Amino acid sequence: MVLNSIEKLIEKYENGETTLKEEQQLKDYFSQETVPPHLEVYKSMFQYFLYTHEEQFTKDVPLKSKKTYSLYQWISVAAVAVIMLGIFTQIDFKSQSRTLADLTPQERVEYEEAKEVFTLVSSKLNQGSENLMALNMVSANFDKGADNIAYLGEFSKKTNKFLKTN
Amino acid sequence: MTQAEFLNIVMPFKDKVFRLAKRLLVSKEEAEDATQEILLKLWNNKQKISEYKNVEAFSMTMTKNFCLDKLKSKHAQNLKIVHSNYQDKNVSLQKQVELNDSVDWVSKIMEELPEQQKIILQLRDIEQYDFEEIGKMLDMNQTAIRVALSRARKTLREKLTKTHSYGVK
Repeated sequence: MVLNSIEKLIEKYENGETTLKEEQQLKDYFSQETVPPHLEVYKSMFQYFLYTHEEQFTKDVPLKSKKTYSLYQWISVAAVAVIMLGIFTQIDFKSQSRTLADLTPQERVEYEEAKEVFTLVSSKLNQGSENLMALNMVSANFDKGADNIAYLGEFSKKTNKFLKTN
Repeated sequence: MTQAEFLNIVMPFKDKVFRLAKRLLVSKEEAEDATQEILLKLWNNKQKISEYKNVEAFSMTMTKNFCLDKLKSKHAQNLKIVHSNYQDKNVSLQKQVELNDSVDWVSKIMEELPEQQKIILQLRDIEQYDFEEIGKMLDMNQTAIRVALSRARKTLREKLTKTHSYGVK
């Protein structure tokens, strides 16, 4: 009776018409110890299905939150780039000092003119300082004059005393 | 999405992914690598996970495609994976040994099936998905799945009968 229904189920099963419930019935039936010899084939099939279902994935999965990590990475890269750029431009400015040979003709003319003006100013400046020397001499003589005036003061004091006593 | 939330989503079906990968790639190590790869891919796209209607079905489709790609590149390199480290979880005794032997045969015969039948048999008889889900995973209509399944089951039974009666008849 039971066997009959199992055989029917197997036929349905082979035609791919069984539901999941019916398939579970078959699996339950074939997990028992003894089955009729002509169904032995199915037993190994269903046992295999059951036992493969037990197999598990045991390896670890290395999960890293990559997103934030890469953001920091990019920021550091940007920072390094900025620093490098800064150093590079600094070096560049230093190496930009030019020599006389680099000047264009017009610039050279201007340069010469400026040079002449400066020499003129400096020579006049020296003349001015000579005039100042004369002024210095005057002030020195002036001091001498002041000393003589002091003598004169002393002299007048004495004469006053003399006049008082008389 | 935190790691814990992700693992809660993934845990229920990671073994299924692994078993499907092993069914297709045969070697346990290859299957483990493939499973890792799939889970990492899911993790890297974790923002999109909420958009998927059915993460499990999506992952199974991904696994199928990934493994088939892998097999294709293996074939192109003219390399065949020959492998058979079937874990024995046998309890004991002669009967069990004999049974394990025939169980081994089942897996060997399943290896010989065409890829599509292999996948369908795996999804239906081992993982017990219903036809609607399988249809979504493989992008096939249900009648086609039934036909392929029926063929796979019959081939399996016929070949098993042959090996069982080998040397007897």
